Amino acid sequence: MNLNAHRTMQLYGALLLLPAALLLSTFAYLPTITTVINSLFLPGFRGEPAAFVGLDNYRVLLDDPTFWKVARNNLLYALGTIPTSIALALGMALFVNGKLPGRGLVRMAYFTPTILPMIAAANIWMFFYAPQIGLFNKLLGALGVSGVNWLGDPSVALGSVIVMSVWKEAGFFMIFYLAALQAIPPELKEAADLEGTRRWSFFWRVTFPLLMPTTLFVLINALINAVRVVDHLFILTKGGPNNATNLLLYYVYENAFSFFDRTMAATITVVILLVLAVVATLKFTILDRRTHYQ
Amino acid sequence: MRSQFSCAMTAIAAALLGAGHASANSVDLTMYYPVSVGGALTEVVDNLVEEFESEHPDINVEAIYAGNYDDTRVRAMSAMEAGDTPQLSVLFSIDLYELIEQNAIVAFDDLIETEEEQAWLESFYPGLMENGQLDGKTYGIPFQRSTIVLFWNKDAFEAAGLDPETPPENWEEMAEMAATVREASNGEQWGVMVPSTGYPYWMFQAFAFQNGHRLMSDDGTEVYFDEPAAVEALEYWVSLATEHNAMPDGTIEWGTLRQNFIEQSTAMMWHTTGNLTAVRNEANFDFGVAMLPMKTQRGSPTGGGNFYIFEDASEEEQRAAMTFIRWMTAPERAAAWSIETGYMGVSPAAYDTDALQRYVAEFAPAAVARDQLEHGTAELSTYQGGRVRRALDNAVQAALTGQMSPAEALSQAQREADAALRRYAR
Amino acid sequence: MNTPATYAPRSRFYYSLPALETVAAWMLAVIWIFPLLYAFWAAFHPSEFMVNFELFAPLTLDNFKNAWAQAPFARYYLNTFALVTGVVVAQFVVCTLAAFAFARFPIPGKNLLFMLVLIQLFVFPEVLIVENYRIASDLGLINTITGIGLPYVASAFGIFLLRQTFKTIPRELEDAARIEGCNWLEILWKVYVPLAKPTYLAYGLVSISHHWNNFLWPLVVTNSVESRPLTVGLGVFSAPETGVNWATVSAATLLSIAPLLVAFLLFQRQFVQSFLRAGIR
Repeated sequence: MNLNAHRTMQLYGALLLLPAALLLSTFAYLPTITTVINSLFLPGFRGEPAAFVGLDNYRVLLDDPTFWKVARNNLLYALGTIPTSIALALGMALFVNGKLPGRGLVRMAYFTPTILPMIAAANIWMFFYAPQIGLFNKLLGALGVSGVNWLGDPSVALGSVIVMSVWKEAGFFMIFYLAALQAIPPELKEAADLEGTRRWSFFWRVTFPLLMPTTLFVLINALINAVRVVDHLFILTKGGPNNATNLLLYYVYENAFSFFDRTMAATITVVILLVLAVVATLKFTILDRRTHYQ
Repeated sequence: MRSQFSCAMTAIAAALLGAGHASANSVDLTMYYPVSVGGALTEVVDNLVEEFESEHPDINVEAIYAGNYDDTRVRAMSAMEAGDTPQLSVLFSIDLYELIEQNAIVAFDDLIETEEEQAWLESFYPGLMENGQLDGKTYGIPFQRSTIVLFWNKDAFEAAGLDPETPPENWEEMAEMAATVREASNGEQWGVMVPSTGYPYWMFQAFAFQNGHRLMSDDGTEVYFDEPAAVEALEYWVSLATEHNAMPDGTIEWGTLRQNFIEQSTAMMWHTTGNLTAVRNEANFDFGVAMLPMKTQRGSPTGGGNFYIFEDASEEEQRAAMTFIRWMTAPERAAAWSIETGYMGVSPAAYDTDALQRYVAEFAPAAVARDQLEHGTAELSTYQGGRVRRALDNAVQAALTGQMSPAEALSQAQREADAALRRYAR
Repeated sequence: MNTPATYAPRSRFYYSLPALETVAAWMLAVIWIFPLLYAFWAAFHPSEFMVNFELFAPLTLDNFKNAWAQAPFARYYLNTFALVTGVVVAQFVVCTLAAFAFARFPIPGKNLLFMLVLIQLFVFPEVLIVENYRIASDLGLINTITGIGLPYVASAFGIFLLRQTFKTIPRELEDAARIEGCNWLEILWKVYVPLAKPTYLAYGLVSISHHWNNFLWPLVVTNSVESRPLTVGLGVFSAPETGVNWATVSAATLLSIAPLLVAFLLFQRQFVQSFLRAGIR
């Protein structure tokens, strides 16, 4: 290829990239940069110009007990949803990977919540959680147990939100495990059977290690979801009672659109971006050692 | 609606609009409005708008339902920021300070041209004007306005051996009666529910005011959350659950409370009068509506939405918006609106109309909100309203869920509110 | 991304589950599908049966009628449909071009650029709602369907998937096409795109279900019925403050999930396979 043709190719390539580059700059890179910048300024009061305040906004944020509460909630939310949905997903995959009457139906039942909008799922669960007249408390009442205020008791509310998220998410992760299970060569199992290995130890010694890449992959996705999906809060709790179920992204929304405090919203957004950066690093270093990008 | 464009203009329209607008040019208005109670309110509003348009073929109104009060404010502000300002909107009566701070709205005093209009401006209940006025000017015209009232289930009262016709007069009686119901039903039914999500600060304001305490200054720059009278009010609210075993623990959902009352899982509820018609349509038992009980005095904050006209609208649009608002708040419409929903008729003249007179005669609860108005106080409204209200909401919820004592919770709310209002002190 | 793309080969080895596990599997399935069945039950019965279950309660369509009358669901459908179609078509175009460039063109600093693109896998538009809202506002996109969709058009995920697929296509096919006199765009259109059909299908289905269900960003960027998609319409309609009747909310919920749910039930295999192939949303 001569130099000129090479130049032309480069030009073509750049042109092909242009639309994506423009859009990504507008809605990903530029807003990231301005978010960071905004977090360093304080807007003027009653018409004064904005002032550079360095890290002051971060100091205010770190002094804000609500922020710490929300951050803690988000951590608990991640710890509550991720291991549970991964374990359930794996269990589900093992179930429907076996010989099971009505396998198709069972698999469908597991997977269906995944394709519902979070808002719709929250609507449905709202009925379950309503105290006094909701389904859960009716059932408990029938058993003679007094009802729980599922969304109104701060010690239970976050748990209730977590349960719904697990319900929504587990089926999605199941399919990745299912695919991975089906890629395990049957000969391994046959060999193990010949040696008389028990199922349980076969699972821990063979299946589980073989599923490790899938587990990591699912873990990354679950981590991202724990940060990005807050839709259900709009219906279930609005972050209450007393911020017991507030999560970081919802707190950003509140600051920006209920309190008209875009600066605080930007500052919290930077925190979220940092968390995501950690997740991304995790992904690109640990997970992708096994993946070939080339 | 636009198809009626070719209709001849009616005499009424011509008179209201003045000679300058006699041309066939039509004005387009956009209006955001919230709904925060049950029932098919959007339909009622759509019908009213349609009726208005057929009477005023030269004005098109696009009424946009945008969710609850908070959502609606967000949507209207966002449209404004995007340069797509609505000409008028129904927003929370307490959004006044924020709207003024953003230079979003105009005072009706500056739009008024005739004496007739001046008379109209003075025709509303003064109690409903409080939240819409600042520094002697009127920015908000009452529309979907309410107070908190007590709904009680007469059947449940009877079953518990109480007089079904006598609602509680004061705090003590309410706690006792509620506990009686609870006991008589063997724990099947709660005595009373006061909602503590959605608008907890509003309910708390009622308790505080009944205890003779106002929570904010007139200019919206100071709040008094942590004074003894306020603490006492919150202690009473909490005690309904903890001491009297008359109300469930934890928070009580604003939205599902009506359903609780309909399902008879509580014998009494505090709720906005805006729910009245929905309760009337759905309840299959006898119920009554009363003013809230008193401690040292009766009282309820007013609440709900006002009409605002936006600064960015052209003069012509502002005039058209005036026409629309005057039409919507005219006594007959206010009466019809009140009958359809349970919200208050906003002017004494509304209660003088035949329709509302007849309705009140046949259904006495419809007048309770009006009668309570003389014990009314302005709804909590300050600068940085979102943060200040949230601070109080959190305090109420923290106390009700037992995370903090009422005194602790309120002093924390006071600190948070003070911090938010720091820059506004006059 | 690194998940094996095989799914349910016909001739695979099944181990049989012990009876106890079969029961457990079924119980879990019943629990998992129950909320949806309950919503169905509630939507088709008068509201007083919402909390008082009775097997032979009368069936009714009133809840659907009420929901349909109380909110402009027809318009919401139209908006969601326009949104989803627009986003998917635009994503196909933009991502195909970019993926083609990354797969076959000598661009200086290509790997670095590609890494930059991948960042968007983590920094998605809804995390940056505040700034993206401001940008959409500056571009006059507030309250438009374009405004809801545009931030998602240059999808790192789509670029990644298509690039992977394009790279597996043998150069010989391309050379043959060039000998026949095709230019670059023709080669892309006649060789690469047809061979990547399964990837487009997978990516398309994932993208459709994502945008059908998306809520936060559409909520922020829309103001009125003209642009609200189903999810936002449903959220506005059923926010607890309005105290809407539960049976009606159930009906509205079913209305908004029905098309996707039916599509899923009909094309279950394709959906599941797409999610698998796509790996991440």
